[in-house]
Amino acid sequence: MQRHKARAAVLSAIFMGLGQIYNRQFIKGLIFIAVEAAALFYFITNLGRAFWGITTLGESPSRLEKVKGIAKMVPGDHSIVIMIESLITLLFLVLFLIVWYMNIRDAHKIGAERETGRPSNTFKQSVRYILDYKFAQSFLLLPGIGILFFTIMPIIFMIMLAFTNYAAPDHIPPARLVDWVGFETFRNLLVLKSWSHTFYGVLTWTIIWAVLSTVTTYFGGMLVALLINQKGVRFKGMWRMILIIPYAVPQMISLLLMRNLFNGQFGPINQYLGYFGLGGLPWLTDPFWAKVTVIIVNMWVGIPVSMLLIMGVLTTIPRDMYEAAEVDGATNYQKFRIVTLPMILFSTAPTLIMQFAGNINNFNAIYLLTAGNPVNGNYQYAGSTDLLVTWLYKLTLDQNKNNMASAIGIILFIIVAGFSLYNYRRTKSFQEEDMIQ
Amino acid sequence: MITSRKLANFIRLALSYILLVILAIAAIYPALWILLASFRPGKSLYSKTLIPDHFTLSHYKELFTSPVYMFGTWYANTLKIAVFSMLIGVVLTLLTSYALSRFRFKSRKTTMSTLLILGMFPGFMSMIAIYLLLKEFNLLDTHLALIIVYAAGAPLGGTLIAKGFLDTIPRSLDEAARIDGASNFGIFTRIILPLSRPMITYMALTQFVGPWVDFIFAKLILRTKENWTVAVGMWDMVNTMQNSNFTLFAAGAVLISVPIMILFGFLQRLLVDGLTAGASKG
Repeated sequence: MQRHKARAAVLSAIFMGLGQIYNRQFIKGLIFIAVEAAALFYFITNLGRAFWGITTLGESPSRLEKVKGIAKMVPGDHSIVIMIESLITLLFLVLFLIVWYMNIRDAHKIGAERETGRPSNTFKQSVRYILDYKFAQSFLLLPGIGILFFTIMPIIFMIMLAFTNYAAPDHIPPARLVDWVGFETFRNLLVLKSWSHTFYGVLTWTIIWAVLSTVTTYFGGMLVALLINQKGVRFKGMWRMILIIPYAVPQMISLLLMRNLFNGQFGPINQYLGYFGLGGLPWLTDPFWAKVTVIIVNMWVGIPVSMLLIMGVLTTIPRDMYEAAEVDGATNYQKFRIVTLPMILFSTAPTLIMQFAGNINNFNAIYLLTAGNPVNGNYQYAGSTDLLVTWLYKLTLDQNKNNMASAIGIILFIIVAGFSLYNYRRTKSFQEEDMIQ
Repeated sequence: MITSRKLANFIRLALSYILLVILAIAAIYPALWILLASFRPGKSLYSKTLIPDHFTLSHYKELFTSPVYMFGTWYANTLKIAVFSMLIGVVLTLLTSYALSRFRFKSRKTTMSTLLILGMFPGFMSMIAIYLLLKEFNLLDTHLALIIVYAAGAPLGGTLIAKGFLDTIPRSLDEAARIDGASNFGIFTRIILPLSRPMITYMALTQFVGPWVDFIFAKLILRTKENWTVAVGMWDMVNTMQNSNFTLFAAGAVLISVPIMILFGFLQRLLVDGLTAGASKG
């Protein structure tokens, strides 16, 4: 009895691929060796700097130095670039460790098979094996890498930022360095009067907005769907076509368009109000009316979606339920309350929750329409209609308060992700998906 | 008795029609207004009447000839970005959704939850990081950068909806093909792809529309005017001149909206299916 598996595993642990070659899988072994060689080359030049970078975030800011009597700018460490470079290197390290672990496991497994007397797979057989049994994992590899570098890495980076003092005016590289500060940013945001006043104010409006915009579009859509679906209403297709138009106009265009339509001075809405002898309203310039306007405009944009959705549900309600209700002498209203409404609510509940979560983050509706204005003097860099999400955008791009923005983003993310995860875990398509088949 | 019921019915219908007409006007009016404004002579936002005295095409002409508004270039840029990110994005989304729908492996549910949560992250929170990342690779101010970012983000939004659709394709079909000796890849290309054509169309459409309307990210990455997309250009137009050249904006808005509206018109049915597929199925 030879002890192939332990020997192969140890060999692979020492240097990737050795175990495979020991197992007589030469092509696979050579591939692994090449991977480890490339990785070693990369890590020897980068890893030390990555660890140094992630702990210190740079040590020398750029400064003026006298060179032969002339003052010259010497570039120093750019903390943020160092941070992201280190992060990328560390991610590669994690990936490499995973590959390394898999390589040991593979050597161990093949070794065990050899002990039972089975010859190890040829390279061709290995490829076949992967295509047949590890198909899903290899299929997911490409999208996975994209998501890792363009979604997960940036998120980790942003979370890290929240724990630094990366903010204007004192800590903007390359002139100054950025340092780790722990939870200070969160403390400032939640407790320090100047920030917390804005935070709670904006948070309150965000929640009011999310509730109102979801409820108005949902029930508005339901009303329209029921109106069209009534017995006796003719040209149903035509009404549907017309009412769907706002949905077909690209959202960005319709919002920019509405901004002109509601223009206080020259916009047609105030013009028409003038014809009726009414004074124009400060649609976008008064804090209260601006809030009303964003809700109205959002109804215009959002009702068609709900309408389509609910019309779809209406067609699935079995006719005999209504017939049974009619036999019992139910009025139209009772039929609606007892049959239609519960059926609609039941099948659209998940969508409703997702719309609510989406509205919390509805950047376009606010930013393109009012840009968060009118300005609120009591707030830190926020206007009266700013949501958390537009506030954080302004903090990043206009004010360079990057750490504060990241902290807000984390809080926002926890709220929204909580909602949607709870919702998704509840839906049947997650729990009992195998039962559909 | 009968007459009173008839009367009630009549009133109900009459009220419904009145309401529908009001809603229809509200739905059409803004679109009609901007369409007519794009043919209106002059530049101002204000107009005495909805329908202009006479019609002109000069704003459309100006969009394409003026050296200040490189609308033709922007249009071509956007088309290029939209087509490429659509192609790559759809392929990536199909790969993930097929893997998640048809195979059972250890970390499957975790993968699904992760996709869902990541999709909820406010996109531009990661903007700075992506910006720096692209800078590292010297990709700033290129269209390739936008294509990569849009395509890499596609599986986040689309996978779960697409998976919901693929779940409804009976698995007995796969098994029959497997018995006939088809490989996993063969099943994917010969059975799954043809059957999920509605889903692919839906995904392609949403992927295609994305670059036309996304301006946040495009604005961050595309620095020079020749490289802009239409969204950035239009945003800039509204922002820098407010009301001083409104009719020009109107013409641009019409040119962007019309192709997208036509696409929506053709695919209305699919859109409804797509909307309901992800959420309420089963």
